[in-house]
Parts: sequence; C-alpha cells; structure tokens
Amino acid sequence: MSLLNVTSPHAHGQLSTAKVMQLVVLATLPGIAALVGVFGAGVLINLVIAAVASLACEAAILSLRGRPVSFYLQDFSALVTAVLLAISLPPYAPWWVVVIGAVFAIGVAKQLYGGLGYNPFNPAMAAYVVLLISLPVQMTQWGAPFAAQPMGLAEAMASNILQHVDAVTSATPLDALKQGIDTLSGATGHIGGYGWEWVNAGFLLGGLFLMWRGIFSWHAPVSMLAALAAMAFLFPNDALSRVDSILFHLFSGASMFGAFFIITDPVSSATTHRGKLIFGGLIGALVYSIRHWGNYPDAVAFAVMLLNLAAPFIDQYTQPRTFGHGGTPS
Amino acid sequence: MSDIIFKLTGGVHPPQNKHQSIQRPIAQADVPAQLVIPMSQHIGPPSTPIVTVGQRVLKGQCIATAESFEGAFVHASTSGKVLAIEERPHNHASGMPALSIVIESDGNDEWQRMPAMENWPQCDRQTLLQRIHEAGVIGMGGAGFPAASKLATDKPIHTLVMNGAECEPYITSDQMLMTERAEELILSCELMMHVLGASKTLFGIEDNKPEAIEAIKAAHAKRGNDKIHIVVIPTVYPSGGSKQLIQILTGNEVPSSGHSSDLGIIMQNVATAVAAYRAIVFGEPSISRITTLTGEALAAPQNIEALVGTPLSALLEQAGWQQNLADRIIIGGPMMGYTVTDTQLPVTKTTNCILVPTRAELPPPPPAQACIRCGLCAEACPASLLPQQLYWFSRAGEHDKLESHNLFDCIECGACSYSCPSNIPLVQYYRASKAEIRQARRDAKQAEQSKRRFEARQARLQRLEEEKTAQRAARAEAAKKRLEEANTSASVVDPIQAAIERAAAKRTSAAAPATEAVDMIAKLEKRLTAAKIKLASAESAGSDKLVPLQEAVDKLTQQLAEAQQQAGDKP
Repeated sequence: MSLLNVTSPHAHGQLSTAKVMQLVVLATLPGIAALVGVFGAGVLINLVIAAVASLACEAAILSLRGRPVSFYLQDFSALVTAVLLAISLPPYAPWWVVVIGAVFAIGVAKQLYGGLGYNPFNPAMAAYVVLLISLPVQMTQWGAPFAAQPMGLAEAMASNILQHVDAVTSATPLDALKQGIDTLSGATGHIGGYGWEWVNAGFLLGGLFLMWRGIFSWHAPVSMLAALAAMAFLFPNDALSRVDSILFHLFSGASMFGAFFIITDPVSSATTHRGKLIFGGLIGALVYSIRHWGNYPDAVAFAVMLLNLAAPFIDQYTQPRTFGHGGTPS
Repeated sequence: MSDIIFKLTGGVHPPQNKHQSIQRPIAQADVPAQLVIPMSQHIGPPSTPIVTVGQRVLKGQCIATAESFEGAFVHASTSGKVLAIEERPHNHASGMPALSIVIESDGNDEWQRMPAMENWPQCDRQTLLQRIHEAGVIGMGGAGFPAASKLATDKPIHTLVMNGAECEPYITSDQMLMTERAEELILSCELMMHVLGASKTLFGIEDNKPEAIEAIKAAHAKRGNDKIHIVVIPTVYPSGGSKQLIQILTGNEVPSSGHSSDLGIIMQNVATAVAAYRAIVFGEPSISRITTLTGEALAAPQNIEALVGTPLSALLEQAGWQQNLADRIIIGGPMMGYTVTDTQLPVTKTTNCILVPTRAELPPPPPAQACIRCGLCAEACPASLLPQQLYWFSRAGEHDKLESHNLFDCIECGACSYSCPSNIPLVQYYRASKAEIRQARRDAKQAEQSKRRFEARQARLQRLEEEKTAQRAARAEAAKKRLEEANTSASVVDPIQAAIERAAAKRTSAAAPATEAVDMIAKLEKRLTAAKIKLASAESAGSDKLVPLQEAVDKLTQQLAEAQQQAGDKP
C-alpha cells in the first residue's frame, strides 16, 4: 500500500462543469417546449442537426489539436453551444444554415481561440451574427405563431432537410413594431409579442431554475431586464403605452433567452458582481437602442458581442473590495 | 443573552463528518517506548536543547528553551533517558526534518511540575506571561503561534475571542474538549481576560456541536460570569479562521496589513486557553494534546489525549486502523490538512487531527478541466478575492497583477478549490505564486544589496585613487617648487663655473672619506640585519641552508667591525 501525498483541500464539492452544462441544457426545456408549441416542431430538427454538427466539429478540432477528445467532449460545453444556437435560429431554417452556424460557433468562435474558457465571444451569438449578416433571407423567415396547421415532426423534417415544403413565414412582433402601427394588430399577445410571450415565459422559467440552483447570480439578468424595461419606459414606441412598452419588450424576441442563457455565459461575460451589473445593464440598453433606433428588429446577439469585448475591461475596474482593505463596516 | 452575529463573507458547506469521532469519550494514549520531540513545533526560531544525551529527564522537565517570547520552551512528555539529539523527520507541512530530542521512556511517567500558581488573580500580567511562555504553550488550533507572544501585545485589548468554531470537517478535538472540560474552559476565559486586561469574552461555537454548546452554557451558568458571552454561530467553512470569526462575532474586518490587536481583540483557540490555564493553576507544561483520529480506514474513530512525541502509528493502532483501506494520512482536516506518508512521525502540539480516509471517502483529485470563469470560487472566497482572475494571472506569472489583486490576502482556506466545478487546484496555484513572489522579492533585495555593495566599493576605490592622484600631484608640485627654488639659486651660477666646482669637490672628496665610511657602515648594517632575519627564519623552518647563512652573517659582522674600525681611525 502506498499512501497518497497530495496538497489540500482533500474534499471537493459535488458540482462539476459537466453538471453545470447539463443543468443549462435541462433549463432550456420549457423554452423549447414553448417554441414547439408556438412554431411547431422545427426547432427540434435544428437541435439535432446543431448537436451533431457541433460535437463532430469539436471532436475533429480537439483531435487536430492533439487534445484528449472524450475528456473534453464530456464537459458538455459543445452541446450547450449547439442548443443555444438551435434555439436562436428560425425553426424552419434550411439544414445547411444550422450546420454552418454550428461549425462556425465551435470551430472558429470557440476552438480557434483555444477552446472552452478562452473564447472572448459567446460562440452561439458569434455564429448567429455571422449567419444573420451572411444569410439575411434564411435567417429572417420565422413561421407564423400558432399556424392553423402546425407542422409536425415529419413535416418539419421535410421542410428543414429536404426543403420540400415551403414553410409559411411571417413577420415577428418586433418586425411588426418596427414597420408601424398598422401591422401591429395581431402581433401583440396578452402581455408581449403574440406567441413570443410564451417562448419568453419558458426561458424565464428555466432561467429562474438555474438561478435557484446557484449556476449564476442574479446580477447580469436582472440588470439587463431592468435596463431594457427602463429604456422601454423612457422611449416607448408611438404604438404602445409606457407600461405596455415595458412588457412588450421584456416578452418579445430574445429578451428572456438572452438575459438568462446568453449573457450568463461565464466565459465571455464579466465575472465580478458589479461588473455583471454593468455588463447586463449596458446590454439591456443596447438591445433597446438597436430595436428602437437601429435597423435590426432584434439585437441581443449584437449587444452581447459588443459587451463581450468590453468584459475584461469591466472586470479590471470592478474588483471587489478585498477583506480587510479599508472601509470596515461596523 | 443574545449577541448579534454577522455574516461571513463567502464560505462553503462541506459535509461535516464529525459524528464518527464523538461517539467515544476522550481516551488516554499509552506512553510509547520512545518519543521524538521536535524543536520546531511552533512558528518562530527553533528551541535550543538544554539536556545532554544520556541524561535522565522527568515528565514536564524543560528540555529546550527559547530566548524570547517568539520562541517556545519544550518539555519532556514523560520520564526517561535522552537517547539522541539529532535531526528527525518532522510532522510538518513543509516535510522538512527538524532537530528533535529523542527520549526513551522509563515507564514510570514521573512528574516534575512547575510550582502551581493558584492565586493567579493576584499575580501580575508579566508573571503570568512568563509562566505561559515557560510552559511552552503555543496556538493549538493548528498555526502554533507562541501564546505568550500573542498575549503580550502592548495594544489595549477590550475583547477576548475564544475560538471554538472548529469549522474544519471531521475534526472534533476542540468539540470534545468543550464537552468534557467545559468548567476548566470557562475558568481559562477568565484567566485570559485577566492577562489581557480585557473586559469581555466572545466565545464562538458553530451550531453543529450541540453537546459542546450545552456543556459550555451549563458551565457558564454555574460560574455566572456575565463578562463571558457564549455565541452560537452558523456552521460554514471557514468560520474558524481568526479573521473570519472576528468578522462573524464583531462585524469588524482585521485590516489587511494589521493584526486583530489593532481592533482591540485577541483570539485564542480553546485548547490553547486550557493549556495556559493548566500551566498556571497546576504547573503543568504543554506536553500533551487531544487529537482526533477519524476516517473510514479506522475501526474505532475517537479522540485521544496523546503525549507530544508519540509516533502516529501508536495512535493509529489504538484506533484500529486498517492499513489496506487507508488511502492517505492527513494531518488536520480535509480542507487545509497536509498528507504524510511516514507513520513514525511524532504527534506535535498542533496535531489536532489524524484523518485516514478510504479512497471512496475522499477520492483522489480528478484531472482539472478548463476554467469557465463561472465565479463560484469568488462566491466562496472569504477574503472577497477573485480566484478565477488570480488563477489566470498565476498561470501567466503576472506577479504585479497578482499583487494588485491582493494575492497575499488569500488565507489558503481552500474554499475556492473545493467549489471549483472544473476541479482546478486553485490554492496550489496561489501557494506557488506566493512562494515565487517572495523569492523574487528576496532576489530583488539581494540584488539591491549587491548593487549597493558594488557601488560603495567603486566609490571607495575611486576615492583612494583620487587621494593618490592628489598626493602625487602635491609631491610633483613640491618637487617642482624645489626645482624652481634650486633653479632660482642656481640660475645665477654659471654652468661652467658649477662644473668646475663639482670637479673640485670630487677631488676634495678623497680627502673626506668619512662620509663614505659612514655610508659603508650603514650599508653593512642593513645587510647584516637582513642576513640575520634570513638565518632566523631558516632556523625556524628547519632549512638545510643554516651553515652558509651563518657564515654569511659572520662575514658581514666582521666586515662591519672593520669598517667601523677604519672610520674610527680617521677622525
């Protein structure tokens, strides 16, 4: 028998990075369910394609880099990126759009920078922006919410992979808001965008679950949503009252998804508490600015990428007061 | 009596695993056949042995002393004979051997106590401090800081904090002490307050020790001292860190560059206080301690009062250890303890726990994954540091950034490593970086000193050179002056006339041989002295050239005598 000679601590907590990632995937389920309920089964096809493409790309690049493939695949981070990307894409986007997105997210935005932990940008958002700019037609074809004949899994497969059926597309509520008052009727639901309010509610639910599990702190999501609400209140669209404006923006587009699943990505966001408040707040303000004054109907991806760049800088100036350094509370 | 408590910054909640070792009362360890007593159990200069090999010593007899309060006295743990005074493997995190006194027990365990000071409330502070110092009492919570040195602070102290938190999982030695010796502990608080001149005691106990709390509260009620406040605090690691417990009990943060005494607070571990109390009231020096033996590789986990110097193996056997199950031996707890591989190492005054887990109980660390900057470490850090940032800086060797992010405020509690989902051994990085920075500072200091030494030497050499040059210049100046003077007096003389005069002088010099003779005598005397010195050194060196040298001396002596003769003849 040989006795182990190692340094402390000898005990270790139960949480692992793989478990964190699995919980994030789990928490997307209510949102995904809402997407299926509102837009049909298309998102499920996207999820499968994105997952396969992401994992394959991750494995290929890891082996090119001479890293232990199965060890790193087991951290589930590639799967999280795939899920986040698939959720962001229009449910009936052609399969190759999803593949290009997944390969860009994993290959360029993540692995070229050094793999997990080293990427300055959120990989899913980087891929989304690349797709949006390169393939604006495919990327803006969202199906009509609650279509009279919602697509089942088989039809969705036919549409996404074989591209046999032309999906019925319509403008999203944020598009409608941008285009003017006339088109807005029918675009608003109970509190937010028609159909989209359910999707946002789903991601809010999942996000609260993660927050309760201590996967991330409240700072960034609350700050982003508060900033978005404040901007919506201060600069409402002519078509909406101030209060309606707040609810419409919180429950439309990628607001909740962004607040709880994108800006909480620890790798590419600020890490200090005060830093997260600044990071989230600026994203919220930017999202509204681009939605309201910019050219794009939604803006979470752009806002996130801009602030990803600023995150190290924010961290540098928001160091918490170290224990025993001045300002002793009594 | 309810005292407000404050929230600890950060902290983690590892499984406690304390119940295993509190099922049995404190046992007494057997006196081993041989004890190895290290001279460096405390933080500070090693103690100086005052016994000799072969000498008989009694239990409690002082065997090593210290010059100042920074050091610690050491005593024989049992009666017997000094077998050796030599370097032995030491039970210490550094793994370095230490000078140790090896005592062979005579089995009699014969005491030699110091005089008891039962009237301690009448004794002055200095007397009590001296006794605590001479009894070798050091911090028994783990750090081993000499107790007298801490108590001898010259700052005004209003509050004594008794540390009964014992936040490390598994360890129950303080808990058992509080449960079984509560009355002595309350009296120890009174003694400590008396020594410090403090007006109150805050006695912090984590709420996971109900038996200890009950015992202490009962003893406290019986004694009825309202200066002592028993404060039950929530269980969170590392509440027993000195800065952390002070934060919990008072809400104050010990300044980064200072000590708790700056806040008028001194903290003592409960075992230390009892050791000091027994030293004063019973004259018993610090020669034993309560040690927790626990872990699933032990059949009978328990607390044992063991003599300092007892080999770990003796205690492990007493607790029924199953060697085939033992994965590692940890001295201390699972959060901050260090591993040892030699079971012959001695128990020291700071060995509060011997943890022998199985592999399943505390599995070996899995390979580290990538840091995802999740920040769980920052949430756990009791010092409000940013462990994830420190980790990147440490890997990059960015010393200035490490320092600007206050690396040296890290108390190495291990909460960050514990909470890291990627299994990164963060504390190891910080320990290594601290050592690197300290080394760099030492190197820089040394380089600075060398530079200063070099510059001083250069300056001295230059000064000497300048002085020499100045002297040379002065001499040249003087010579020039003389020459000028000579020239001025000689310039009026016609050179031809001078030549004639010189020639005339040469002619007359024959008529004046006296000076020549004097010169000759001087020359001969000089040569004779030199020859005599040569002869003397040849004699002392035992050279074989003695005869020719002697001849030369004789010859010179003769020549000198002749020359003197001649000079004498010509007046």
